[in-house]
Amino acid sequence: MGSSEMCRDLAGEVEKLLKTSNSYLRKKAALCAVHVIRKVPELMEMFLPATKNLLSEKNHGVLHTSVVLLTEMCERSPDMLAHFRKLVPQLVRILKNLIMSGYSPEHDVSGISDPFLQVRILRLLRILGKNDDDSSEAMNDILAQVATNTETSKNVGNAILYETVLTIMDIKSESGLRVLAINILGRFLLNNDKNIRYVALTSLLKTVQTDHNAVQRHRSTIVDCLKDLDVSIKRRAMELSFALVNGNNIRGMMKELLYFLDSCDPEFKADCASGVFLAAEKYAPSKRWHIDTIMRVLTTAGSYVRDDSVPNLIQLITNSVEMHAYTVQRLYKALLDDISQQPLVQVASWCIGEYGDLLVSGQCEEEEPIQVTEDEVLDVLEGLLVSNLSTPVTRGYSLTAIMKLSTRFSSVNRIKKVVSIYGSSIDVELQQRAVEYNALFKKYDHMRPALLERMPIMEKTASNGPTEIVQTNGIPSMTAYNKNGLKIDFTFERANPNPNIAVITIHATNSTEAEMTDFVFQAAVPKTFQLQLLSPSSNVVPALNQGTVTQVIRVLNPQKQQLRMRIKLTYTHKGSAVQDLAEVNNFPPQSWQ
Amino acid sequence: MKSSFSIICFCRFMLLFSRQGKLRLQKWYVPLSDKERKKISRDLVQTILARKPKMCSFLEWRDLKIVYKRYASLYFCCAVEDQDNELITLEIIHRYVELLDKYFGSVCELDIIFNFEKAYFILDEFLLGGEAQETSKKNVLKAIEQADLLQEEAEAPRSVLEEIGLT
Repeated sequence: MGSSEMCRDLAGEVEKLLKTSNSYLRKKAALCAVHVIRKVPELMEMFLPATKNLLSEKNHGVLHTSVVLLTEMCERSPDMLAHFRKLVPQLVRILKNLIMSGYSPEHDVSGISDPFLQVRILRLLRILGKNDDDSSEAMNDILAQVATNTETSKNVGNAILYETVLTIMDIKSESGLRVLAINILGRFLLNNDKNIRYVALTSLLKTVQTDHNAVQRHRSTIVDCLKDLDVSIKRRAMELSFALVNGNNIRGMMKELLYFLDSCDPEFKADCASGVFLAAEKYAPSKRWHIDTIMRVLTTAGSYVRDDSVPNLIQLITNSVEMHAYTVQRLYKALLDDISQQPLVQVASWCIGEYGDLLVSGQCEEEEPIQVTEDEVLDVLEGLLVSNLSTPVTRGYSLTAIMKLSTRFSSVNRIKKVVSIYGSSIDVELQQRAVEYNALFKKYDHMRPALLERMPIMEKTASNGPTEIVQTNGIPSMTAYNKNGLKIDFTFERANPNPNIAVITIHATNSTEAEMTDFVFQAAVPKTFQLQLLSPSSNVVPALNQGTVTQVIRVLNPQKQQLRMRIKLTYTHKGSAVQDLAEVNNFPPQSWQ
Repeated sequence: MKSSFSIICFCRFMLLFSRQGKLRLQKWYVPLSDKERKKISRDLVQTILARKPKMCSFLEWRDLKIVYKRYASLYFCCAVEDQDNELITLEIIHRYVELLDKYFGSVCELDIIFNFEKAYFILDEFLLGGEAQETSKKNVLKAIEQADLLQEEAEAPRSVLEEIGLT
């Protein structure tokens, strides 16, 4: 293992030895050259001449190491790769001879002639055929031949088949060959040898995106691998199963995956639960099925569910309006059984707080409605507050839920009492909430119904920015200005913490054939308003509507007056400066009410 | 971990260890400090010994792919590249075992313990720089034979002197 200095000094010697007739030395020289190139890649060029006749060797040792050397050079240099593509026919011939030749005791392994060399050649072919149609075509036949004729009873044959499959999938092979490769992997899945099943699953995982349909055919075998004893096989089978779920097979697949979730090791549960939620969200055949699936995950693997699933599930439940009564009933029943699984408890608390009125009025249509009183519900929620099993976050959820019930239940006094007790809780978070809720009962009682009313349907936000902007449905956008090819549209959002702030995004487009540069947008509002202009996305509005300049305006409107705005636009167009003033009065009522 | 493996070769290291976790042979094909080697050996040996017999011969460990197989009382363990063929690695390991077997005649752990230099010689004639250099069993064994002969010739003059009586 020489250092780079050593390599530099001795490279010349190595190069000479590459050309020697002594095969013992030659093969070692080839691997030395490999090491030199690995340590000092710039020296690669000097070995190029010596590679000319390497493949015409008869000695397998030299042949093998030569292929390693060629592989190393091709992997490191696109120029070398292009240069060595011409070797493809020769490599194909050598491979063919290995397969067709009779028994050779010196190189035989279980009836296969020099599998090590075969695998190395297949690997080099893979590198040479990648992204190259001609080379790929030249090796098509031999790959098909190896794929169909290799003996599969022993590991060695399967090793060659495996390498062949990897090569077929990586080069530009025709579809028939690709299907052949995937079928080989499918057969591997049925092999008794777990190692073979392992490599099959690994390879299928890599190809499931590109050859989805072909892999789908082996779905049932893959699902069977979920029951395998080996951890790595189970994990791959699980990942592959999720990749194969679609609208057609969702019911059957989910059954298997939920069964897997029940019985798998804890290390899988979090990933499996997340996968189930994702698949259910994408392909749920009905809302009822979706809720049932969520319930199943929460009750069987509830403590392994990821923290971020809780808000997602809450949003899902909120949006399934017709299932509210059913959902809250099922969650309530689940709580009666078990309060140890925090994500379940949190989602359940939230739902009870939100839909408790549906629960006590027995409105469930999907199943037999249960009889439960307000006091029983409050018992359960208060139980969560005092239980040792509840985390602080869970306690927060249940206190808020209790509070919300004050506008849905009639037992307001009981709720008032609970809230005032927690005003002196040691838990600071809980204390703060209780104090605020207390204030709601006392000073702000008139606001309580509005604040605690039913949540509207939520749009999923793409990411959580610094201020949480919940885009409320139904505020239409408007065109504020449209003159001389410049069009400015306004879109609206409400900033969540303060409902008095309207967040307006301007979208400026330019339909003329020349771009507008030095574009500046300014706005002024009447005295009762306050305005904040954030930085624009750019100062150039591209021509022919090829792009948009956006800018965010925040308008504070504490008196809820009708929004009016005066805008000033300046820009340079076709060499001359342009300036314009305009009044914007057509704001939709929802943007300021 | 990845940064310490600046050289990429097929086999990064080969370890042989007993069921009690004693390291019988270690061959490293990548530059690593002694401390790093000790740590890797120790951790990896523990991980493999903890695996149940029904499990795969392959595992992902840190950022490496490990291929191992137990022959009698010895574990043969090889670390390969991410894109390498695990099944052929099993054949590489098997070939090495066959070479040892042919040389020692029904090899057992004791042979390796008492003749570890020979075990290394055999490995060095089979793998070089982390790659297989000779795929013919016969040729590897022939090379070892020749090396043995040279060694005997080197040792021979001494015994002749002893015979004459010049100790």
